[in-house]
Amino acid sequence: MNDSKLKRCLSLFIQFFKIGAFTFGGGYAMIPIMQKEFVESHHYIEKEDILDIIAISQSTPGAISVNSATFIGQHIAGFWGSVCATIGLIIPPYIFILLISSVLGWFESQKYVQYAFMGIKAGVLALITKAMITMFKQCPKNVLAYILMLGSLIASAFLNVNLVFILITCAVIGLVSSIFYKKPEEEKHK
Amino acid sequence: MITTLFGLYLIFAKIGLFTIGGGYAMIPLIQEEITSRGWLTQGELIDFIAVSESTPGTFAVNISTYIGSQVCSQYGVFGQILGGALATLGVITPSFLIILLVAKFYRQFKESRAVSGVMSGLRPTVIGLIAAALINLCGTVFFPTGFSFNGILSVNFISSAIIFAVCLVLIFKKLHPIFMILIAAAAGLLTGVLQETVLS
Repeated sequence: MNDSKLKRCLSLFIQFFKIGAFTFGGGYAMIPIMQKEFVESHHYIEKEDILDIIAISQSTPGAISVNSATFIGQHIAGFWGSVCATIGLIIPPYIFILLISSVLGWFESQKYVQYAFMGIKAGVLALITKAMITMFKQCPKNVLAYILMLGSLIASAFLNVNLVFILITCAVIGLVSSIFYKKPEEEKHK
Repeated sequence: MITTLFGLYLIFAKIGLFTIGGGYAMIPLIQEEITSRGWLTQGELIDFIAVSESTPGTFAVNISTYIGSQVCSQYGVFGQILGGALATLGVITPSFLIILLVAKFYRQFKESRAVSGVMSGLRPTVIGLIAAALINLCGTVFFPTGFSFNGILSVNFISSAIIFAVCLVLIFKKLHPIFMILIAAAAGLLTGVLQETVLS
């Protein structure tokens, strides 16, 4: 590893460590900060490339923020860059959660905290509902999409079908349908 | 202990591999893999989502660290550190390898019709699965002792329903999740204290 690469890896680690330590709210909150740090301040990445990186991070398995970190790291400094970026991102929350996890049980057993969590539980349902509606808005809508949505809902909530089985089946359905149909809007979308 | 750690790593690798579309897409998988093993109750899962929203970092890393450290708490502090680390490493391993591969074939991946076909199947499916998870969690919150029509008249149901509706409006008005959680906490506290004073 030469000097400039080592420097880039170190810088990646520090940048992502900061993002991991100070960003609340996961992937979508981190994307604007990554854009600012790596495109505008450091010019490590081209503007068009970062949009692709985010789009690909959303369509590969795993958390969007971790995926973006791995991808940006790889883009800037190769394999070790992706290792430094990813580890940098996950160390702060890892340490933080380890520290609070031992006191969380005691904290939650307090009477007034339990009252508060009764309200918080309802609030969390609102957060998940919001996330679901956002995903719904971003999802292309056609007959097949509605069938898959409803089908997976019923299979999972009422028939207790294995989730991995549902996901693989629907991925195959999507793949097969894309071979038979070619929607004109697909090209316009790009 | 080695078996527990190895098992944790594998379970979280499976969760990571099938989480598509970011953090909250993990919730159905956590229900299937973790709550079914008795490692976390539904109520604890919901509480932890709030904790995760109020602490820095990604939900995926936060919850993996938390569950990993809880499962290994019987082995002491060292066990907690290792358990949290292996669960977190497990959850990121599949995406790490996949991203490295995709980065090499970046253009092909972007323009691949097979990838967009698979995604056109997966995106609506994940929405359906989150909806199913949400129904399940609603049951835990609104009817903690099991569903009944009398339950609709309980203080718990009425207060939870009001807080849920208000929070939904607030979050769509773009209020930051942390402030929303604080308001929900205050409302919960108020309800609890009122109920206590009325009953005593």
